[in-house]
Amino acid sequence: MPVPSRRAWLKTMLAGVAGALAGGVAAVRSATSASAADSASTAASAAAARAARGTKLEHAPFRPGMPVGARPYGLPAEAQQHVVRRWLKWMLPSRLTNASFTPLAELEGIITPNGLVFERHHAGVPAIDPARFSLAVHGLVERPLALSLDDLKRLPSVSRIHFLECAGNNSLNWQRPAVNAVQFTHGLLSCCEWTGVPLMEVLRLCGVSDRAQWLLAEGADGAAYARSVPRALWDEAIIAFAQNGEALRPEQGFPLRLIVPGTEGSLNVKWLHRLKTGDEPWLTREETARYADLQDDGRARLFTLVQEVNSVITLPCPEKPLKGHGRQRLSGIAWSGHGRIAAVDVSFDGGVNWQPARLEEPVLPKCLTRFSLPFEWKGEELLLQSRAVDEKGNVQPTHDEMLKVKSARQVYHNNAITTWRVLNSGEVRHVRLA
Amino acid sequence: MCGSPEHQPAQPRQQGRLRTLTAAFAGALWAWLAMALLLAGLAFVIVSAQAARAGEQTGGPQAPDIGQMLTPAEIAALDRDARPDGAGLPAGAGNVAQGEDLYATHCAACHGEFAEGQGRIPALLGGEGSLNGEAPMRTIGSYWPHAPGVFDYIHRAMPEGHAFSLKAEEVYALVAYLLHINGIVEDDFIASARTLPRVMMPNRNGFIRPPHPVAKGRRCMRNCRPAPDISAEAPAQMEGVMIGEEEQTP
Repeated sequence: MPVPSRRAWLKTMLAGVAGALAGGVAAVRSATSASAADSASTAASAAAARAARGTKLEHAPFRPGMPVGARPYGLPAEAQQHVVRRWLKWMLPSRLTNASFTPLAELEGIITPNGLVFERHHAGVPAIDPARFSLAVHGLVERPLALSLDDLKRLPSVSRIHFLECAGNNSLNWQRPAVNAVQFTHGLLSCCEWTGVPLMEVLRLCGVSDRAQWLLAEGADGAAYARSVPRALWDEAIIAFAQNGEALRPEQGFPLRLIVPGTEGSLNVKWLHRLKTGDEPWLTREETARYADLQDDGRARLFTLVQEVNSVITLPCPEKPLKGHGRQRLSGIAWSGHGRIAAVDVSFDGGVNWQPARLEEPVLPKCLTRFSLPFEWKGEELLLQSRAVDEKGNVQPTHDEMLKVKSARQVYHNNAITTWRVLNSGEVRHVRLA
Repeated sequence: MCGSPEHQPAQPRQQGRLRTLTAAFAGALWAWLAMALLLAGLAFVIVSAQAARAGEQTGGPQAPDIGQMLTPAEIAALDRDARPDGAGLPAGAGNVAQGEDLYATHCAACHGEFAEGQGRIPALLGGEGSLNGEAPMRTIGSYWPHAPGVFDYIHRAMPEGHAFSLKAEEVYALVAYLLHINGIVEDDFIASARTLPRVMMPNRNGFIRPPHPVAKGRRCMRNCRPAPDISAEAPAQMEGVMIGEEEQTP
């Protein structure tokens, strides 16, 4: 600790004198007018409340802290350490085949920071040396090719912002609301700017045959995870090597992954090392025994690939209670695998009456769209819902509307309206309405 | 190369192997064209038109100046998927008895001594008739649509974290054993590329191809429903929430 200097001592004394002078002035002012006295007492009680909370106006440290370059790759502020991916011990068979959830309540705008993008791995995260990595393309093509990362980066590339949502998002809540956190209801959802080569550039380079109607995409992970992609989805697909401006994270498929905009996350094969075109789908385990939608009659729908119109309120939510009466900001996210979000409506009374929310720019196809709505809260109970509409006219269904064409046993593709019950205390609970 | 070779620009930096292939292909095509010319002028016209169309479909006369051609041997080493029709299944065979031993060695620790599953690790048998009941069990016997898919999945993903570690014969034997304990084949069944596509899986007709119906909401703004009741509420406390290796205390 430095020894207090004469100058510091003088400064303290001067501050004391200034404070006394200010107090004197305030006293004179308060004597002159009753309304001024009121406002002064309001301010005094606010100051007392701040003191009770332990917050101070004079909190700025005015100290240098870390030098330049102390963190070669930056980290969030200390106070943000709770903003992390979380996983559930009881949800899936093992640590290798499991999922972690994005903390949606802590995010603003539409971009998910790379370190918070949800994970769903089928056999862990492989460590891949990019210098020795190549993508093999074969099957119904004239020129089967091996393309290194450098090769791919010489081809024309695109950067597009798209959401990525696991087919199993909101899967814990088919029967009843089971989890009380937006991280675990909707956190198998993220949104990034993906940069890479359009799939068709690569397939044209290889001379893909007209007979090719399906594409097998295989990962280099411990499960050699493989999925069949129908030709109708090829035009928009990207062989991505970067997300949000940097190389893919290992958890997101470094060095290459497939991005098929608007489709279930599991089709967006990570650690992509092989593409094979063919005339029929492969019907791999991961598109039959898993990721097919079992119906009430015991039959299962294959290739339910497009993520339907959906939305959720992230403020307030179970992790973000209302903290005081008066003016509030309601905010949330909406998305559709069919295109742009056209509108989001919000209900405060469990779906009896609705009002349109404001869509915040940008509104992009197959991308998260942020919506918001100011409101006043006087401490009454609320039943909050959001309902998204996409540009194709698809309206997000209630749970009952969804069950008219989907089965509660199908696990995947739950896009029903979610209800948050705001208690008088401001706490928020995940509920279902009858 | 694709399209009509006479339209190919010179490629000074082509790989040697590529150049040989190009030359061989071009030579063969020219020989064919010459033959066709000798036989009938009409045939020449048809062949040229087809070649030109193929060129347009595949991005024109551009040669692959990026990437390296894969050799048939390189492709064979990578090409390990198997389709329902059996395309891609490798040579080899395995029987039920061999499969039983291999199961005990490689599978029982996780899937259970009797393939009954453990905890959240799935059972590999049972569940017949359960798919339209209260607790559907999606096992090989009750749910999987085709037998080559069982080979494909075990080969690529099992034992967990050991893709392609088992030999084709071992995988065939495991498939034979698993089909047998599901009551799908007799105990003298031998699994191979010839037999697996012919196995009649109980749920082979249980899968529906697209298009599928879409759940539709209704965009009503006023008095859309009666005042609601709360029918269910999630427990306020979350159980088993993990951050990395640590369980989070709520």
